[in-house]
Amino acid sequence: MSPVIKMLGKYKKEAILSPLFKLLEALFELFVPIVVASLIDIGIGNADKGYTVKMFFLLVLLAVIGLSFSITAQYFAAKAAVGVGTRLRSTLFKKIQSLSFSELDNIGTSTMITRMTSDVNQVQSGINMFLRLFMRSPFIVFGAMIMAFTIDFQAALVFVCAIPVLAIVVFAIMLISIPLYKKSQNKLDKVTGKTRENLTGARVIRAFCREDQEIDEFKNLNSQLTAAQKYVGKISALMNPVTFVIINVAIVVLILVGAIRVEQGVLTQGAVVALYNYMSQILVELIKLANLIITMTKSVACCNRVTAVLETNSTLQHIDNDTIETGNCIDFVNVALTYQGAGGESLTDINFSIKPGETVGIIGGTGSGKSSLVNLIPHFYDCTKGGVYVDGKNVKSYSPTELRDKIGIVLQKAVLFKGTIRDNLLWGNKNATEQQLVQALEIAQAADVVASKKNGLDEVIEQGGKNLSGGQKQRLTIARALVKQPEILILDDSASALDYATDARLRKAVKGLKNTTVIIVSQRTSSIMSADKIIVMDDGKIVGIGTHNQLLDSCSVYQEIYSSQTDR
Amino acid sequence: MKQKDTIIKVLKHIKGYRKFLTASIILALVTVALTLYIPILVGGAIDCIADEGKVDFQKILPILIEIGIAAGITALSQWIMNMCNNKMTYHIARDIRNEAIEKIEKLPLNYLDTHSSGDTVSRVIADVDQFTDGLLMSFTQLFTGVITILGTLGFMFSVNYIIALVVVVVTPLSLFVAKFIATKTYKLFKNQSEIRGEQTAFIEEMIENQKVVQAYTHEDENEEVFDEVNQRLCESSVKAIFFSAISNPSTRFVNNLVYAGVALTGALMAITGNITVGSLTCFLSYATQYTKPFNEISEVVTELQNALACADRVFELIEEPEEIHEKENAVVLKDVKGNIQMDNVCFSYIPEKKLIENLCLNVKSGQRIAIVGPTGCGKTTLINLLMRFYDTVSGEIYVDGNEIKDVTRKSLRQGYGMVLQETWLKAGTIKENINMGKPDATDEEIIEAAKKTHAHSFIKRLPQGYNTVIGEDGAGLSQGQKQLLCITRIMLCLPPMLILDEATSSIDTRTELKIQEAFNKLMEGRTSFIVAHRLSTVRNADILLVMKDGHIIEQGTHDELVKKGGFYSKLYYAQFAS
Repeated sequence: MSPVIKMLGKYKKEAILSPLFKLLEALFELFVPIVVASLIDIGIGNADKGYTVKMFFLLVLLAVIGLSFSITAQYFAAKAAVGVGTRLRSTLFKKIQSLSFSELDNIGTSTMITRMTSDVNQVQSGINMFLRLFMRSPFIVFGAMIMAFTIDFQAALVFVCAIPVLAIVVFAIMLISIPLYKKSQNKLDKVTGKTRENLTGARVIRAFCREDQEIDEFKNLNSQLTAAQKYVGKISALMNPVTFVIINVAIVVLILVGAIRVEQGVLTQGAVVALYNYMSQILVELIKLANLIITMTKSVACCNRVTAVLETNSTLQHIDNDTIETGNCIDFVNVALTYQGAGGESLTDINFSIKPGETVGIIGGTGSGKSSLVNLIPHFYDCTKGGVYVDGKNVKSYSPTELRDKIGIVLQKAVLFKGTIRDNLLWGNKNATEQQLVQALEIAQAADVVASKKNGLDEVIEQGGKNLSGGQKQRLTIARALVKQPEILILDDSASALDYATDARLRKAVKGLKNTTVIIVSQRTSSIMSADKIIVMDDGKIVGIGTHNQLLDSCSVYQEIYSSQTDR
Repeated sequence: MKQKDTIIKVLKHIKGYRKFLTASIILALVTVALTLYIPILVGGAIDCIADEGKVDFQKILPILIEIGIAAGITALSQWIMNMCNNKMTYHIARDIRNEAIEKIEKLPLNYLDTHSSGDTVSRVIADVDQFTDGLLMSFTQLFTGVITILGTLGFMFSVNYIIALVVVVVTPLSLFVAKFIATKTYKLFKNQSEIRGEQTAFIEEMIENQKVVQAYTHEDENEEVFDEVNQRLCESSVKAIFFSAISNPSTRFVNNLVYAGVALTGALMAITGNITVGSLTCFLSYATQYTKPFNEISEVVTELQNALACADRVFELIEEPEEIHEKENAVVLKDVKGNIQMDNVCFSYIPEKKLIENLCLNVKSGQRIAIVGPTGCGKTTLINLLMRFYDTVSGEIYVDGNEIKDVTRKSLRQGYGMVLQETWLKAGTIKENINMGKPDATDEEIIEAAKKTHAHSFIKRLPQGYNTVIGEDGAGLSQGQKQLLCITRIMLCLPPMLILDEATSSIDTRTELKIQEAFNKLMEGRTSFIVAHRLSTVRNADILLVMKDGHIIEQGTHDELVKKGGFYSKLYYAQFAS
């Protein structure tokens, strides 16, 4: 909550003026029953037509004033709410971009997108509603009571009794029904899950002839949902009838008290009408308030979710000046990695070093820790034990920008962004020349991809690279990394969609790069066979380091991988 | 016309709850009549307290008691009415959803393959929800709203037609103002949602790929782009929200004018003695009550229109044609041997684009058939035909001499054990997922099967072993583990024929090698169809079918095909090029 309130503080003027004008509007609304009362007592009582007309114009004037105040209030409310929403979105975006991979994994992509879009919108309309109505409704309720006091003390006591009773009823019903609403929402989620399951699993369900059973399970969940909805509906349906009864009982008592006071000559008939009108106003406002509270609870829930993201901080550690003298490009010293919330280590006791300009292959089965290992080099994750050194300096001692500018990493999933091919390549280096782009494309074997497009480099890539094949995307992402002219190039299983021949040409071209250390992660032995050094991973550990021939002699895991992929 | 059809369908669903609907309408009438009656009573009571010493207590007390009773009955009938409405709407929603799921189980696979599951889910969930909301709102507000307006008019005209006319003439003004503002703001809102769409697309793209963004330290550039869009959104939103927010005060303003008008005419008439002060009070409270339902009804009508559109989308799904019905005298396949014959089979998903043409194939019981070829060549289509997920366009498929269109789907499909590349697991325990094909399997049998597929070692490490609950679509398991579970499923029920469509694609080659042994045992004496990307896994097959563009271009054993030097041998040697 607090960051949002802080942001609202930036719109102090609007946040104060909006409710203020709302209050003024409400104040003028509260005058209406008094005007009507004097219209009855003086206008009708004295048969004074001139006075009656005067009071009519006063009512119209009050309406005009009410309108102008209200519009002013709406303007300030809109400005403050949208302002906060805008700032919130911007802050949230910056925050998410500053999170490390651990936090990104923990929060999850779809969650972050929902927070940034629908949740922020909900907060925005919550603030808007809050500024406009939250002050107004209680003000009218209590204002009506105070106005009643100005008319007659004894009659006003009826208000003093009725309002707390009303408030208790309204809040009790809401307090009971809100958790019940959540419960029925959970049931709905279950029904949703079941529906999706039946669609995605249609083939399997039919192959195993499980249709009837699935229908039964669905119907069961569906009935639970209906029961939950009906239960909460029953309780929230009490709101209007109960408040209606209370108000009418109060009106009965009010008229009775009024009658006695008029008989005593303390009150006039018009005053009783005014009191009655005040009571009716309270009923209208209470119903509005109840609806408002439902919207507000939703907004507060969204607000809390947004705040949770805002309060997450990057856990990436920084150590001052930790260096070692080795002359190597990359050193892993006793490295272990445990992901947040994971049961065991994903990497254990990793030790190796890579000299500048070397080409290194990393191989292993799925889940053996290959990607985890290379993700430590650009400091995407903190290793939990030991140290990773690039050019003799601990990655934790670099600023992220300084470190990541040295490294070109091509991730498993080939990602391109909406824009032209050129735009995408320039991600690697904003100031790259045309020639540098062409060169990178050639090395990445992507020159023919560009050549095959009508607009060449200026061909527009759709969102998610939909208009490119998997292999084309992979080659372009490699080219993007090459535009960076990185000191270290990491290809994390990023040529899997290429056919063997193209893959071979790519490796040859990459090997020809001068002053570049290349790390190739792959499941295929053919992709790494010719590397200067091959690291074999199994179950988070290094089980062999050496050249292809050395490993074939000494490393059983490597032998198994190799033989499983070749002619037996 | 379409809307009318939808309304008729909705009414059909309401039909079963006729009793509740009748009750709801009667209760609405009672509620409204009494709600309108109470101000008249109050007016009467106020007339009794004219002035000092002129208060008629004798007359007031019964009126007050009447008010109390009226309020009590109103509240009670309102509550019961609400409950009737709740029951009706929620039960209708339940019925529609049940119909939808029954339909889903009977839809042709073609529908499921060509429609995104997200869209269908949103029809069953979100659309039904929206429809329910709209229906509930109509039940509770439309009846009472219309009855209130008519009732108020009736009462007002019966009490005093001149003041009633004032109300009737001025009120439409508020509708007019609301309409005017709505059309003006429509454009602003459209502009807002366009910019919002642009922003959401950017957010989705950059957050989904945040790791790439950080790898290229592209954060600052992103912020610049984001802030620019955000600023535009801010400006557009302030305008849209502000102008739409004018609508409420404006209609309220018109209502206040009505109120003032009633006060003036009423007071002037009271002076000439045509009307009592009590009646005037009654009129004033009507004036506030009368305008409210107008605003509500216009809201309800929009909501209802929206609800009908949603209902239409659900009904569209429910009315989709089902799979071709089985023949009445369909045979139940028993003791399947696994002799399969395909005669001149032709098939295509879209008539204009022929896929499989004149396919002939003769498989003897216990043979191993491997299907290889580039993506999109029709491998999976062949499986769709064997399992009768799709029906052939022409030509016949026989299992043990029975044309598959003449046997029950259930017995045909039970004859096959299928493992697909796209693993599917249901939310439930590991055990429930394994024993799908054999629900009465003992724990020992299940563990035995899991050991054979090397799934046992990871299952026993899960927190609750075989009783561990996994999330929707196997959330929490790796792709390889999911595939192992799917294989275990088949290992448990041991069907006479097997279909393995890229069954080990997500399992690393070493584990695959280990499972292969179990697979080999499983395939012994069983007719099996194997689709695989890695050629090493299929070379022991009895028949290799090499497919390209829907045709079988080569057929034979591995050695024969390699010797032949055709398409297959090219594929085969390509994987060793380096």
